[in-house]
Amino acid sequence: MTAISDREKLSYIAAQAADARLNLELETEGMTLNLGPQHPATHGTLRIIAKLDGEQVISAEPVMGYMHRGYEKLAEVRTYPQVTALVNRIDWVGSFANEVPFILAAEKLMEVEAPPRAQWIRTTLFEMSRVANISLFLGDMALQLGATTPAFFAFRDREHVLNQIEAVTGGRFHPNFDRIGGLKDDLPAGWITETKRAMRKMRQFCEEMEQLVLGNEIFAARSRGIGVIPADIGLSYGLSGANIRSSGVDWDSRRDNPCGLVHSELDWKVWTHPDGDSFARFWVRLQEVRESTKMIDQLLDGLPSGPIMAKVPRIIKVPAGEAYVETENPLGVMGYYVISKGDLVPYRVKIRSASFSNISITPWLLQGVYVPDIITILASLYFILGDIDR
Amino acid sequence: MIDATLLFGELAYWQQTSLRVVGGLTAVLLIAGTLVYVHLFKLVSFMQSRLGPMEAGPFGSLQLLAEVGKFLQKEDIFPRKADKFVFAAAPFVVLMSTFLLVVVVPGGPDAWFIDSDIGVYLAMAVSSISVIGILMAGWGSASKYSLLGGLRATGQLIAYELPLILAVVGVVIQAGTMNMQLIVYAQADGAIFGWGGIGNPYILTQGVGFLLFMIAMQAELTQTPFDMPIAESELVTGYMTEYSGMRFLLFFIGEFATAGVFSAIAAVLFLGGWYIPGIDPDDNIMNVLGPIVMLTKIVGLTFLVFWFRFTFPRFREDQLQKLAWKVLIPLALANIMVTGILKVAF
Repeated sequence: MTAISDREKLSYIAAQAADARLNLELETEGMTLNLGPQHPATHGTLRIIAKLDGEQVISAEPVMGYMHRGYEKLAEVRTYPQVTALVNRIDWVGSFANEVPFILAAEKLMEVEAPPRAQWIRTTLFEMSRVANISLFLGDMALQLGATTPAFFAFRDREHVLNQIEAVTGGRFHPNFDRIGGLKDDLPAGWITETKRAMRKMRQFCEEMEQLVLGNEIFAARSRGIGVIPADIGLSYGLSGANIRSSGVDWDSRRDNPCGLVHSELDWKVWTHPDGDSFARFWVRLQEVRESTKMIDQLLDGLPSGPIMAKVPRIIKVPAGEAYVETENPLGVMGYYVISKGDLVPYRVKIRSASFSNISITPWLLQGVYVPDIITILASLYFILGDIDR
Repeated sequence: MIDATLLFGELAYWQQTSLRVVGGLTAVLLIAGTLVYVHLFKLVSFMQSRLGPMEAGPFGSLQLLAEVGKFLQKEDIFPRKADKFVFAAAPFVVLMSTFLLVVVVPGGPDAWFIDSDIGVYLAMAVSSISVIGILMAGWGSASKYSLLGGLRATGQLIAYELPLILAVVGVVIQAGTMNMQLIVYAQADGAIFGWGGIGNPYILTQGVGFLLFMIAMQAELTQTPFDMPIAESELVTGYMTEYSGMRFLLFFIGEFATAGVFSAIAAVLFLGGWYIPGIDPDDNIMNVLGPIVMLTKIVGLTFLVFWFRFTFPRFREDQLQKLAWKVLIPLALANIMVTGILKVAF
């Protein structure tokens, strides 16, 4: 794990931001503003208690748990194949990616390995769920900053990816397609050509976003220098994914900690940005969508033939033991810690979801900013409520 | 100012007045309705790869009636801690400013509501009334979001009133009158380097003024990129948060009618108003053609307003104030100075 950017420079930026923050001389009686649980900017039920002085935030505290569904506990009374249907609903915008680390953990316990074709298709769908997820972020962040049109473009173009996911799995949002030892089905006929066309469209969408949002002066003025996360602070809060890569930390689980997915056989690049502000987070995610579409093209070109299911017993009993597998999901690092006692059901499942850690930095980050910047920062951190509360 | 015409000639004063009152109401509601349908429903839909309303009437043109019917049926909710009178009165104050604003706009040689010698001054004065209404709504709602929205709106509208007025001063200097009707005549009778074919629309000489007016107008209308007071993603909808049903509809009409009326003022000041090149401005036919010309120009100018509204993200409050005080106002003052020097020199 190395930081490419100058740490001293980043801590200088952070110190500047801290100096500019609290203006205690003019402090008057504060006001407590409850952002949420019902608020358009939290796209879900996150509540942020912000103590304000005028429009400046003195302190902010996220209140999580309004959407807690108890998946960790529910998983203890589901058989292993049933759990995928549950965990689909954690990050509902990129749901296939939620299934993968759990299945990989179960496979690790059972010591089976999916055949190469299944691994490649699995990686393809994994990256497609990333494209579907992050393209929505690109529109949503612009929407939070007041531009309505990019959000419609994002929903329009995400459809191409969702259609392809639906063509394989039968589910647009909750595929439930990954199986221990492989996949449920093979690809339908003609899917590869269609997917390549969809990926071309997504690259066009990225171009469009680059011109419409990234090139806009108002967008830059609203997001540059807002919510600066220095690399060491970000790491200490456990940030992952694009949030930490945009602080200059060159670390990607897909490249540095590969486990069961075939990213290492592809030619791709991990994008980082030295600034660590909201603009950087948008920029890094935009590049990631592009990179993913290129990865999918390579995956489809190099797709090996063969079976899609390894030999696994019909009734799956996982041998006793523990396994932890984490993958680089669209929102950041997602991991499953599975303990098995040799039963049909897991003894205990701990889910490490990315948004929960990503959102935990908000009390530090929101201190001293203005109300409009709360929205910018929350939008740029990009969380999915289901991923926070599980 | 003009001789009797066929339309108003034989009518008594009270008859003329009532006709003008009806005309004023029609003008405001007609413009608001046109803008909502053409821009908010259709134009924006096509920008965003949608169709917009298609079911109610041909191309969804009756959707407007359906929407009004929906709002009228809705419950009129008062928040428990609201200041009832202030809360109830606020939408009317906002709408009143729009109705007062429309009276200064001429639509033809005789199609005017009031023929005031201080028309421009009156327009700028009454346009500020809406600030009071918005502040009333923000305070009376007893909601923190509304309060923040109301205060933001007040700061913004006061800041942008100044460039708006200063942008108009250039036109007033050039025309030598504050009478809106005479400004139209001044443009109609003007000549570009001795060629009077299309008169002299002031956008040619007051281009900077027009630009400033449009920017300040966008801010006065609290449209994106200046929609901090409404800011749907952060303040929900600012001062309008607690309103429902009929009172929300009044705010909604006010928003679009004001967009139309401000565009009408811009059309009169910078685009030659109701005048059509080649037709004698005193010809009676202009009383019929004039309003149509005005409506065309209004739709054209509001197209710009809504184009920006649905393309740009919004400014932050401090960036917005900086733009007004550090860029627009100095530019407007420079424009006035240059206009004054040229006026004296030629």
